[in-house]
Amino acid sequence: METAKTPVNAIECKGITKRFGTVVANDHIDLSVKQGEILALLGENGSGKTTLMNMLSGIYHPDEGAIFINGEEVRIESPNDAQSLGIGMIHQHFKLVEVFTAAQNIVLGTKEKLEKPKVMQQKIATICNKFGLEVDSNKKIYDMSVSEKQTVEILKVLYRGAKILILDEPTAVLTPQETEKLFSILRKMKEQGNSIIIITHKLNEVLDISDRVTILRKGKSIETVNTKDCDVSSLTELMVGRAVSLEIDRPENKEKQAILKCVDLTIDSLDGTKGIEDVNFEIRTGEILGIAGVAGSGQKELCEGIAGLLPVKKGAILYKKENIVGKKPLEIINLGISMSFVPEDRLGMGLVASMGMTDNVLLKSYNKGRGPFINRKPAKKLAQELVKKLDIVTPSIETPVRLMSGGNVQKVLLGREIESSPNVLITAYPVRGLDINSSYTIYNLLNEQKMKNVAVIYVGEDLDVLLELCDNIMVMCHGKVTGIVNAKKTTKEQLGMLMTGQEIKEVAKDE
Amino acid sequence: MSSTETNAKKQNRFTLRTVKRAQLPKNKVAMLRLAALLMALLAGAVFIMIIGSNPFAVYKTMVEGALRSKLAIYGTIKIMIPLLITSLGITLAFKMKFWNVGGEGQIIMGALFASYFGIFHGDWPHAVLIPVMFLAGMLGGGLTGLLPAYFKAKYNTNETLFTLMLNYIALNLVIFLREGPWADPTSPGYKKFALFTENGRLDKVFGVHAGWIIALVLLILTFIYLKYTKHGYEIDVVGESTATAGYAGMNVKKIILRTMFISGAICGIAGMIEVSGNAGTMSEGVTRGVGFTAIIVAWLAGLKPWSIFIISALFSIMEKGSSVVESTFGLSAACADVLQGIILFFVIGCEFFIRFKVTISKKGGTN
Amino acid sequence: MSMFISFLAAAITAGTPILFGTLGEIITEKVGHLNLGVEGMMAIGACAGFMVGYSTDSFFLALIAAFAAGMLAALLYGLLTITLMANQNVTGLTLTIFGVGFANFCGFYARKAYGVESLKLPENITSQMRNINIPGLSDIPVIGQLFFSYNPFVYLGIITAILLSIYLNKTKTGLNIRAIGENPASADAAGIKVTKWKYINVGLGGGICGIGGAFTIMIINKGVWISDCVGGLGWIAVALVIFASWSPTKAIFGSFVFGALRQLKYYVPSSIGIPGALYDMLPYVITTIVLVAASVRSSKKNSQPASCGINYFREER
Repeated sequence: METAKTPVNAIECKGITKRFGTVVANDHIDLSVKQGEILALLGENGSGKTTLMNMLSGIYHPDEGAIFINGEEVRIESPNDAQSLGIGMIHQHFKLVEVFTAAQNIVLGTKEKLEKPKVMQQKIATICNKFGLEVDSNKKIYDMSVSEKQTVEILKVLYRGAKILILDEPTAVLTPQETEKLFSILRKMKEQGNSIIIITHKLNEVLDISDRVTILRKGKSIETVNTKDCDVSSLTELMVGRAVSLEIDRPENKEKQAILKCVDLTIDSLDGTKGIEDVNFEIRTGEILGIAGVAGSGQKELCEGIAGLLPVKKGAILYKKENIVGKKPLEIINLGISMSFVPEDRLGMGLVASMGMTDNVLLKSYNKGRGPFINRKPAKKLAQELVKKLDIVTPSIETPVRLMSGGNVQKVLLGREIESSPNVLITAYPVRGLDINSSYTIYNLLNEQKMKNVAVIYVGEDLDVLLELCDNIMVMCHGKVTGIVNAKKTTKEQLGMLMTGQEIKEVAKDE
Repeated sequence: MSSTETNAKKQNRFTLRTVKRAQLPKNKVAMLRLAALLMALLAGAVFIMIIGSNPFAVYKTMVEGALRSKLAIYGTIKIMIPLLITSLGITLAFKMKFWNVGGEGQIIMGALFASYFGIFHGDWPHAVLIPVMFLAGMLGGGLTGLLPAYFKAKYNTNETLFTLMLNYIALNLVIFLREGPWADPTSPGYKKFALFTENGRLDKVFGVHAGWIIALVLLILTFIYLKYTKHGYEIDVVGESTATAGYAGMNVKKIILRTMFISGAICGIAGMIEVSGNAGTMSEGVTRGVGFTAIIVAWLAGLKPWSIFIISALFSIMEKGSSVVESTFGLSAACADVLQGIILFFVIGCEFFIRFKVTISKKGGTN
Repeated sequence: MSMFISFLAAAITAGTPILFGTLGEIITEKVGHLNLGVEGMMAIGACAGFMVGYSTDSFFLALIAAFAAGMLAALLYGLLTITLMANQNVTGLTLTIFGVGFANFCGFYARKAYGVESLKLPENITSQMRNINIPGLSDIPVIGQLFFSYNPFVYLGIITAILLSIYLNKTKTGLNIRAIGENPASADAAGIKVTKWKYINVGLGGGICGIGGAFTIMIINKGVWISDCVGGLGWIAVALVIFASWSPTKAIFGSFVFGALRQLKYYVPSSIGIPGALYDMLPYVITTIVLVAASVRSSKKNSQPASCGINYFREER
């Protein structure tokens, strides 16, 4: 009867195991969160963090193990159960109804009757004041920016009176400044006695916000440590399992030549809203140009515009001094401009999930041979080569790629693009969802291309990576370029300010 | 307090939980499907018993009725021809995830276009008239498929509802023509289409009209088209994701239009065969519901041409057999629909157990 | 003038069975399920309503039976698509084939069992089918005929539409339900019992379709049983959902427009010489035009619930 004497933990997980088919996502995980503390759940992609949290919020059910909330064993059968236990989760991919207003989303599913917008607005305003949040409760979700949406998600949880908050990678889509604001809100919640679990793989943030850290690796809970006893390298070692240097190479290629230039480029996005406006930049062979910006700042439109997938409204794209605006996607591919875009769901564009490697390798070259029939032989050979070259793990080259792990899928994608020996390689979010090892494989591949005099455009999320990998970084905000800076001479904070459209005084100009 | 103690205090209830399966081996899938079919037959047997007949006798009559004699087999094949062809046509669209439920309309329009030549140009020589009717049938069905495809490609108009509406528009167009402009002037009273001349009738080969040869050729062509051609590859990619297809440099709009034209054209061929080979004239009942049944056949066959062949054969046996059951046991024609429905519900439901498994777990309860 | 009034009145009556089918389909689609089995559910409702009316002599029981049978048929669809996650198009089509066949079969079987040539509802029920003249109000010229003298189904249909509109737009449950249709994962995360409400709405929708079925046999066919009594009205109802842009109150208006289109051929002088088939074609042509127009505008409001046609599995990864 020890639990009666010491203060009980808000959450206690014992021996949680969850399998998906033959994959063990969580393997006897132990985890505890004290009352009024912020626990960081640290682990690489695929280490089982989200799966574990989904079990706390009632989306999945553990195959084995027990969960205790405030000292009592519970079974969380549904999100409803989680809610009545005071657990609220803010998912990485927001669970919001796009056509509803903020207020409607916030009250959704709660017990009380539907009230007039005004009354709802007041209730929401009260909570906002308490924690320092801001929201326009009558705004529709589809009109909102990412950080506004996140605020709605947080309000949703607070409105339900949650005492335990789980945030899954909340900072992935925020600028450094927005992240700071979020953290101050979280600290306020902690002061008021709430317990918070924050999932992340960004070490600085762990050190900044958390009281303790639980580290997961390959589905197992490795250790729980007090944050104040840690530093970046000790956490990395725990997370990866061995000492690794987090330095990314930045080799220098002296033979730079202008190859692609965008002049006053204006492109509308698919739904007719403004995508990018008057974008001007130039990229040379043998360099990596990074593109930074909050999600949805026009990165997608820029990539698709260059690839010929979206019509250009105004301006020109000069490739070796020839304007390629108006050319068909196929012609642009044949010119040697290769684009690969890894969307949030990772398989959305670039690969066909239900097809094997062979048919995916064929995707851009199926039309090459003459006649109506398709020739799979070269593709098969290439697929086998890629497996060897890039250490791709797959049961066979005919196994549907959706059954392969994220890292391997992205290797297939990038491998195919590189094999087409492009002159310009546009790659967006190529390390999305990858563990550190796979990420470094990808960085090396990109550097290899750079040294082969390929012009590489790298659209990224992680500012630290952008600053270390790229030669120059172009920052976008609301479809406009707010600055092109030299990566070696710029700080993260400066990038953050550019990302929100603020002017900065001293920018290290691109050389 | 240990966790086992806590557990013991709670009520032991059981909950069912659905879990996604990893890929199931082929033989297990086959076993599951077979089990579903047996259960469906069992449920059908209960239904037959309730209405006071002997299920064994009914089932036996059904199979025998479809296969007992040369004539019966010919009858079954005649039912199977349009079903097989239409299922193949619909498969092309479904592979592209274009939910073409307009098989009915496409058959009707194919039949109607072919009938124009059958009715008004019956004097053309046989060797000219039949190919012309064949092409007209393709064109009629193809254009009917092209219309919703155009709006899908251009405005992303919902194709399920569009093709559905076209079924009724086509049907009423036929009635309109039968009642007026195309009515047989020699027929007194009841208005109907004129019979085709001999020149407009498909030849018989081994006792059944040549439609069966066309069906088999289409079966093989569809198989090759989907599996070995660039077009087939494009259909697969577009079906998976139009974004990916566009990214690969494919002209998605063109592929949607082309595929739907072919899909409709194949259904139109079924219509042409029905009027020229089977009925000898046009009527508004030309489809006999094949356009809808074909959707079910294509779906159950997993959009695989050879499976479509087998499943359409089974459906045809059931339908032909039911007509014999009707007369032998004094049952209504609707009886076949009911039985078909029961079997389908089971087979559709069975797909769940192929994709998911259900586990039982003890439930403690949160309260 | 009087002919025009009686045309409008006839249109309203003719639109009513479509209204029921449309209302049923609207609340089904609002939880993300496209049920193409409307025709089948209406047929089953017609059959159950008729048989119960025939054997119990009670209009009320007949209506209850029609509702219950439609609901049962819808729940079968629900079992397959909600719990067993089967393809909605295929399941709905199967329900139509099964439902129409089942109704026809029951009619055939009942004729055989009772040993009669044709089945007709008893006078006690058919008398209640006649137009109810609301005392006082129905005597007002023009307005009386236009607003206050219809058979009970018409009033029931309009009341149902208004109630559904309040249910969907003014209540918390309605908000929850619309959330399910738009994004079931969000609704689930918000603590809404997605499966439960899907079943409730799909079932309720089927019940309402069932009543529409009862109308076809009791009013259109004047209480005499015939095969294929629904005769394609269910498909028009599916079309009308688009025309009404998923709004129950707009469905009232839409059903009268469609009813008018169906009645037009009896009121336009035959000397103009437009063949009947073209009139029959009109509702479908207009629906198609509405469908295309809606997609050209492609607004986020007034369109199909976003998850419609896609089944929801909580543990989808």
